[in-house]
Amino acid sequence: MSEIVKAEGLHRSFGQVTALDGVDLAVREGTVLGLLGPNGAGKTTFVRILTTLLLPDRGRAEVAGYDVVRDATMLRTVIGLAGQYAAVDETLTGHENLELVGRLYHLDRAEARRRAGELLERFDLSGAGHRVVRTYSGGMRRRLDLAASLVNRPRVLFLDEPTTGLDPRSRRALWDMIKELVADGTTLLLTTQYLEEADRLADEIAVIDLGQVIARGTADELKDKVGGEVLEVRVADRARVQAAAGEVAACCGSGEPQVDAEAGELTLPTAEGAAVLVDVVRRLDAAGIRISDLALRRPTLDDVFLALTGRGAERPEEPDQPRNGRRARRRRRDRSAA
Amino acid sequence: MSAAAAPARLPLSWTVRDIGAMTRRNILRYVRIPQLLVFSTIQPVMFVLLFNYVFGGALRVPGVLHYIDYLMAGIFVQTAIFGSTQTGVGLAEDLSKGMIDRFRSLPMARSAVLAGRTLGDLFRNVFVVLLMTGVAYLVGFRFHGLLGAIGALGLVLLVGFAFSWISATIGLLVRNVEAAQTAGFIWVFPLVFASSAFAPVATMPGWLQGFAKATPITTTVDAVRALSLGRPPGSELWWSLAWIAGILLVFVPFAVSRYRRVT
Repeated sequence: MSEIVKAEGLHRSFGQVTALDGVDLAVREGTVLGLLGPNGAGKTTFVRILTTLLLPDRGRAEVAGYDVVRDATMLRTVIGLAGQYAAVDETLTGHENLELVGRLYHLDRAEARRRAGELLERFDLSGAGHRVVRTYSGGMRRRLDLAASLVNRPRVLFLDEPTTGLDPRSRRALWDMIKELVADGTTLLLTTQYLEEADRLADEIAVIDLGQVIARGTADELKDKVGGEVLEVRVADRARVQAAAGEVAACCGSGEPQVDAEAGELTLPTAEGAAVLVDVVRRLDAAGIRISDLALRRPTLDDVFLALTGRGAERPEEPDQPRNGRRARRRRRDRSAA
Repeated sequence: MSAAAAPARLPLSWTVRDIGAMTRRNILRYVRIPQLLVFSTIQPVMFVLLFNYVFGGALRVPGVLHYIDYLMAGIFVQTAIFGSTQTGVGLAEDLSKGMIDRFRSLPMARSAVLAGRTLGDLFRNVFVVLLMTGVAYLVGFRFHGLLGAIGALGLVLLVGFAFSWISATIGLLVRNVEAAQTAGFIWVFPLVFASSAFAPVATMPGWLQGFAKATPITTTVDAVRALSLGRPPGSELWWSLAWIAGILLVFVPFAVSRYRRVT
């Protein structure tokens, strides 16, 4: 399979802030690449460069053979983009929104109408098609936004945090719709800060942090990087969790234990399989530490992120609010433009 | 799919179609939220009534029998200029809601977002100006001749269109709805009042007269007034057209270059 998206050495900074620091990344045609990283990792900047919204400072990238700088207009004819928030006109109806996008792709009026009706049906919005978008729920807006990104039957679809801010039910509904799309052979580049989302939707995952791709592989390959499985121990007396961590690390782990003192929990990557459970029980029993819960599980992508960067995916200083994050980034851009 | 055959540069006919689609979108907004129209009409209607009935008795303006005949040219221009400040607000709103990102990711003409917005606001002004004419006729105003009326209202719409481009530039610079509202309006207010819109410049203090005489507002108001009263507009018309052309020559490229650099 050929590589339909190719980026080589992409750099982009906004004043003092380096958003992309040499990103090399390719996506094979017909696959889904999940770009996973915390807020501010550079995911949105990467998507904005590939969709011609932003010029790179250095490096090159192409989509479907079109260079993002030289062939921007042509490139725009073969991509679809749904950004971090639903970019739909609240004062128009759902149908009018899709028709407008169709007209701007230069479909004739009849074709634009037909396509709008088709997409509304596909995204379960037929009943609301002639209502003004202002009356839509958050989930309906996202669906309409997704529909708008498909008007031209794009060869490559870019979804930038498509489910951020949605309730769990709307999120699952949107996931199902995205899965259907991908089943039709559309290439998808998806950014997300939800580990579960990348795990569910992506064939391959690239982990991005501080403007660089720090790991790439299937969800399973990334999980193997953690070193097999993760041991989870909860102690009955929370005050003794540190002591427990020391004991467990000494006998059974491979790597540093992570301690959640508040929950009285510790996690530790291990390669030794189920036999390790017996060792843990013996060791902690000998030390007089009572166990309230013990488990061996497959690592989540959260563990992966921790293993790769030494910290969790969610950074507490950056709240989960894309609008604010985006505005802050805008402000930085303003300063750099001034 | 026809879109797949797009050349590197869009043909002119597509640019025209894009502008048409965007203009239609912006007009639909006014149809869907009539409040936008109502608010831009209530204020000038109040001005007509208040200025005419409160000041009208006290103000004796040379050259006209009734103050309303003097006032309406000012009200028309003021309505069009105040209305044009909405152009920037609408653009800032599109920017903050991610609409501009969507448009920029489409293979549409770059100029269509701005042209569609300013043309949409031009059509809005057509509606508002006709409505104001109706109100003015109710309180005793009369155009003197059809040709003059068409010329006067045409000039009003033109100056509003030119100011829409200034407003568009401001909206793209400040990028925030509230800021666009303030920054777009704050300088327009003194500009409109320090002119011949509501009172003759000759009655103002000397230092203000110099400023008031030089602004595009005074020249346009004077030309509109002359045209609506069936008098020859003289050099004021040319000055006004020169101002309009100058504003468009500076602010159309400026706004378009700002739009291209929006990130």
